[in-house]
Amino acid sequence: MADREERRFAEVSRDSVKLMAESAGVELGDDVAALLAEDVCYRLREATQSSSQFMRHAKRRKLTVEDFNRALRWSNVEAVCGFGAQDALPFRPSKEGELFFIEDRDINLVELALATNIPKGCAETLVRVNVSYLDGKGNLEPQGTVPTAVQSLSDDLLKYYQQITRAILGEDPHLMKVALLDLQSNSKIAALLPYFVYVISGVKSVSHDLEQLNRLLHMVKSLVQNPYLYLGSYVRSLVSSVMYCILEPLAASINPLNDHWTLRDYAALLLSHIFWTHGDLVSGLYHQILLSLQKVLSDPVRPLCTHYGAVVGLHALGWKAVERVLFPHLPAYWANLQAVLDDYSVSNAQVKADGHKVYGAILVAVERLLKMKALSLAQPSEGGSGGQPGSAVGAVGYRVSSPGLSPPPEPLSEAALGIASHLQAGGAGCPWEEWTPVPLPAMYCELYSFFGDSLAVRFSTGPGFGSYPPCPPSQLADARKEPCGPASNPDTARKMPQLTANLNISPRQDGSPRTDPPPPSLAATGSGRSLARSSSSSSSSVQRSKSSLSRPGQRIAGPSRDVFPKARFTSPQTGLPVFTFLIGGRQMGRRCQGRRPFQTTFAPTPPIPAVPPRAYAHKLPVIGRVGKPVRRWACSHYSLHLPL
Amino acid sequence: MAAVQGGLVDAVEEKDIKSEPSNDGCGNSNANDGRPPSTSPGSSASAGSNTSAAGPPEDQQTLLAVLQFLKKNKLTESVDILRREAGLPDDQSGGDSGAGSGAAAGDGNTEGGDVSSLLSRVTTASSAVAPVAPAPTKVVAEDQPDVNVVLSAYSQQGDPKLYPVYYSGLKRFIESVLDCHRAELSQVFYPLFVHMYLELVYNNHESEAKAFFDKFSGDQECYYEDDLRVLSSLSKREHMRGNETLLDFRTSKFVLRISRDSYQLLKRHLQERQNNQIWNIIQEHLYIDIFDGMPRSKSQIDAMSGSLAGEGKREANKAKVYYGLLKEPEIELPLDDEDEEAENEEGKPKKKKPKKDNMGSKSKKQDPNAPSQTRIPLPELKDSDKLDKIMYMKEATKRIRLGPDNLPSICFYSFLNAYQGLTAVDFTDDSSLIAGGYADSTVRVWSVTPKKLRRVKSAADLNLIDKESDDVLERIMDEKTSSESKILYGHGGPVYGISFSPDRNYLLSSSEDGTVRLWSLQTFTCLVGYKGHNYPVWDTHFSPHGYYFVSGGHDRVARLWATDHYQPLRIFSGHLADVTCTRFHPNSNYLATGSSDRTIRLWDVLNGNCVRIFTGHKGPIHALAFSPNGKFLASGATDSRVLLWDIGHGLMIGELKGHTDSIYSLRFSRDGEILASGSMDNTVRLWNATKAFDDLETDDFTAATGHVHLQDNSQELLLGTYLSKSTPVIHLHFTRRNLLLAAGAYNP
Repeated sequence: MADREERRFAEVSRDSVKLMAESAGVELGDDVAALLAEDVCYRLREATQSSSQFMRHAKRRKLTVEDFNRALRWSNVEAVCGFGAQDALPFRPSKEGELFFIEDRDINLVELALATNIPKGCAETLVRVNVSYLDGKGNLEPQGTVPTAVQSLSDDLLKYYQQITRAILGEDPHLMKVALLDLQSNSKIAALLPYFVYVISGVKSVSHDLEQLNRLLHMVKSLVQNPYLYLGSYVRSLVSSVMYCILEPLAASINPLNDHWTLRDYAALLLSHIFWTHGDLVSGLYHQILLSLQKVLSDPVRPLCTHYGAVVGLHALGWKAVERVLFPHLPAYWANLQAVLDDYSVSNAQVKADGHKVYGAILVAVERLLKMKALSLAQPSEGGSGGQPGSAVGAVGYRVSSPGLSPPPEPLSEAALGIASHLQAGGAGCPWEEWTPVPLPAMYCELYSFFGDSLAVRFSTGPGFGSYPPCPPSQLADARKEPCGPASNPDTARKMPQLTANLNISPRQDGSPRTDPPPPSLAATGSGRSLARSSSSSSSSVQRSKSSLSRPGQRIAGPSRDVFPKARFTSPQTGLPVFTFLIGGRQMGRRCQGRRPFQTTFAPTPPIPAVPPRAYAHKLPVIGRVGKPVRRWACSHYSLHLPL
Repeated sequence: MAAVQGGLVDAVEEKDIKSEPSNDGCGNSNANDGRPPSTSPGSSASAGSNTSAAGPPEDQQTLLAVLQFLKKNKLTESVDILRREAGLPDDQSGGDSGAGSGAAAGDGNTEGGDVSSLLSRVTTASSAVAPVAPAPTKVVAEDQPDVNVVLSAYSQQGDPKLYPVYYSGLKRFIESVLDCHRAELSQVFYPLFVHMYLELVYNNHESEAKAFFDKFSGDQECYYEDDLRVLSSLSKREHMRGNETLLDFRTSKFVLRISRDSYQLLKRHLQERQNNQIWNIIQEHLYIDIFDGMPRSKSQIDAMSGSLAGEGKREANKAKVYYGLLKEPEIELPLDDEDEEAENEEGKPKKKKPKKDNMGSKSKKQDPNAPSQTRIPLPELKDSDKLDKIMYMKEATKRIRLGPDNLPSICFYSFLNAYQGLTAVDFTDDSSLIAGGYADSTVRVWSVTPKKLRRVKSAADLNLIDKESDDVLERIMDEKTSSESKILYGHGGPVYGISFSPDRNYLLSSSEDGTVRLWSLQTFTCLVGYKGHNYPVWDTHFSPHGYYFVSGGHDRVARLWATDHYQPLRIFSGHLADVTCTRFHPNSNYLATGSSDRTIRLWDVLNGNCVRIFTGHKGPIHALAFSPNGKFLASGATDSRVLLWDIGHGLMIGELKGHTDSIYSLRFSRDGEILASGSMDNTVRLWNATKAFDDLETDDFTAATGHVHLQDNSQELLLGTYLSKSTPVIHLHFTRRNLLLAAGAYNP
């Protein structure tokens, strides 16, 4: 046979012909088989050639099996049966060699017959006319604002659409609930999707009405959760509506009494949900979202509420997004926020309150960033391998600086890490423009320079990250405590003892009884709520342990624990609860213009179990409206108690 | 009943058509069309005039073969006619045929399967015409000698080893001649290459043929790529028998136009070298059309070449074509209607309009290029036709004058949910109905206006209505059947062509099942199935005056039909490959066919002659449009170009480049200023037809020699490109007021 290079056409080999002959019970000689093979090839080519004209006359580009069969029929050859499907038949390669075949799955007829989702019949063929070009000019009416559905609506659908929109946007909350539920599970509303999307895109016109905005967001949620809907390119439109709620300085937020914060939180969760479930429908969606969030963050002119939205949005998109966008921006952003927070004038009170919100949001975001990053580092190292390639930089960098489990003294560690991170940062001059992953310790250090121990204290020190279920509150009460000396704080030297002396009782298990916060998901609303309760109650109560700084050298847990050298507890103790009071202060740092809170911890040698935890509740400065009933969709760990 | 039209034409007139003496004996409805395509008007006529030595004997051989065939089918009258016309002596043919039929009787059964479909085609053609012939299906028992005649020319044996030497020797020579001759002589390469390759294959030198192909196929012009692909797949003598393309190539002479000087050069070279192999091929298989004067340039040659059989001969385009329009019948305007419409002072519109019409008809009378009014018998106008003409005139007064600064608005008719595969679309002239042909063999008709489609009542119900009432036409309609669309079932294969009658009473559809069907739009039922093609019918088109229609299909012939005859009136044969599109000239005296042999032919309806052969397209032609004044023809093909032709002079006058995919629809605006083209690339493009035709200076020299000088001015002529939303444009139509309608199936 001819060499492969010389082949111009697909060929049927001699062996195939022989094989087919054998299966028909005929023995063929080699020369006969060869001749037959050649002839078969020629006839196939001829048939293909003549089938192409059937394609041309059907004004198609794709040659179908039907075309080929017609060509066969006209040359008095039996047609090939069984491949009449109009859809493309994908060829699959077999593992051994160059054999391709059409996948022919068995169809379970029983299942098909008993299936509950009856396939929709194809719609009636019809002709629609539109004026495409008027006087040779393009249609001036902007196309795409109202997506045109291919199917025209039947009366039933139209009625359904009207009822649903009326119920959702109407006054009756019960009706709304029913409508939303139906929207979530109805399998026949595909044709209405463009209309709903259009309704939702009306968020821009009701930005004064929080209630309506909420309802529209609920509508988004229902649509997104409907398993029968293929959102397709409408995802883009939905995302832009949700982003509007997250980022825009809504008219409703002019009035400080309006709780637009929860709206933004909810929208952010929704965004992440859309992204996680439907992000694959639109290419580059993730990147676009990140870009627009980043744009908002880097624009100091925008009001704080939009910054808050950007931060919660990033947080909702996951710690990687935070690491990518928020973290590199933080130094630049901090100055602005600091200025706001340091302005004590009365006129600034409202803005300052907003600033605290942003501060809290950032804190939560970076906390999760650190935790998740540590977790991602911990897991590969536990696996015994050299770490995942993606996160290897940070992990290796860290391990180099702290070989084994014996931790070096804190300043040393910091210095070493500083060098390491510097080296690793390499040529990336601007970390937030050309992003390179910052190793975890360096990240922590940097963050610590902003947040101080209000960051540190947020880390739970349960035995082993994420590997243990959260401790029940009762256990928390008598959890292991450990006094800790102020000397362990490396920043102490630079700290001025000028205390603003807000007595601060930092929650030890503050707000995050879960050691591994799951990615925000709406599906988890129920458990999220309970978590929110527990966290809010624990944060508003004083039934919390005081965190302290761990002493170097007392770390014993897995390597991941080394990552948080400043928020360190010793091994679990089950003795008497030892409370450590922590007094935090802050001053303007000279070095990085950051907010540099410092804390003094003192541990009363006699334990004060007598002090009822609640006694301290009123003393805690509370920012945010915890007094208001928390909405059920709000993820409460955003509403924070900020140490001042 | 309204369903049956026919009665309008006198039986006498009808006879006129049928018994029209044919000039050529070919393409007419009598049995002479039984000749194979090799004796088509163009080639046989020129073969006769050809001075080369090989012409007459080969012709005679073919004639004898045909004769034999006719005898065998007992078509004695035809035999006599043919014998008389060809001037064959009785005794010779008698002896010949005796031997031939003997051989046929002996071999017919054993080798019948091998017989080329060339003859089977002829058989089907003749059987459709002459009811005497056996069965209309494929006849297998055909005379073997004929095929041998067809292939015999290749039996001459040269040394297969020397073929590449000969070829490269000629190649070297042509490359060494003066530049001005080189381009012309290079035309020889392709046909020579093909014939040499086929000779090798025919003589069973498989490996030599393959080597030859590999060595020289790269030298051929790129527009022959498709043919080369077919060629390369062929490597056995047995394959040649059934391959129609190659048989065509063999039976028809490849036509080259070469200046006398170049030809002398070539001849001298070949004679000096004693290169008989090549010389024989040139003598036998090429027709060299020698002209005096300057050799043509490469671009001139490229513009005209590309068809399956070379260029059209100059003689083929010399016949006079009456391309002018027929005089419009004088219609007395019913003045009452006018007044109601115009709502003006009573006197003015009355006077003005008749005047206008008189003026118009007078000027048309003087058109020297128009055929006489009775050249082709046309149906008389019915009252309803007259009313329609009046409507047309009224609409025409409101027509928008288009131009480069005043482009038409475009309305797009999208066929949604056309899962069945939309294959053809047509609008009625007044744009009130739209019809679609589908790959699932259905035809669907929609009303575009608010007026719904209604059926005529059943016969029983019709008896009940008051026939004297004024609104009887309204009363006969069955309100219960009123709907926006109707589906017509009947075909057994995809519907490839569709055409409304001008009076909107009928619809024609042509299908893969080999039939053309006539549907009534009054009853929405099938009235007639016209059988004759027996192979897929690619296109059909109603005459602008109704009654006649043309169809063309895979059997490589176009047929002229009248609605009241179940047999064709004319068979136009001559194309070397499928007839892909058909269109009537506005004066109904001519029709144009486009083919996948990449030529366009213009046929005279009167005598069935081919009066024009236009070559230049590099792919199958899928769209044709006559300009409203009848002077020009536009054609679109899969090579994504539109070519413009001057019918009177038989010249290519323009090339419109811009589309990026096959062109499936072409239409001139009502005044002929704008040409719209629609393509598979989802665009409609508008071209400045006025400019394209006005810039034309046709001097006598060009007209005489047929040398075209095309400027590359597509970009200047392109007025606009209009995108659809992933909808290939498969039909275009200008309404009477010059609004452009486009149609296609939405392909999400």
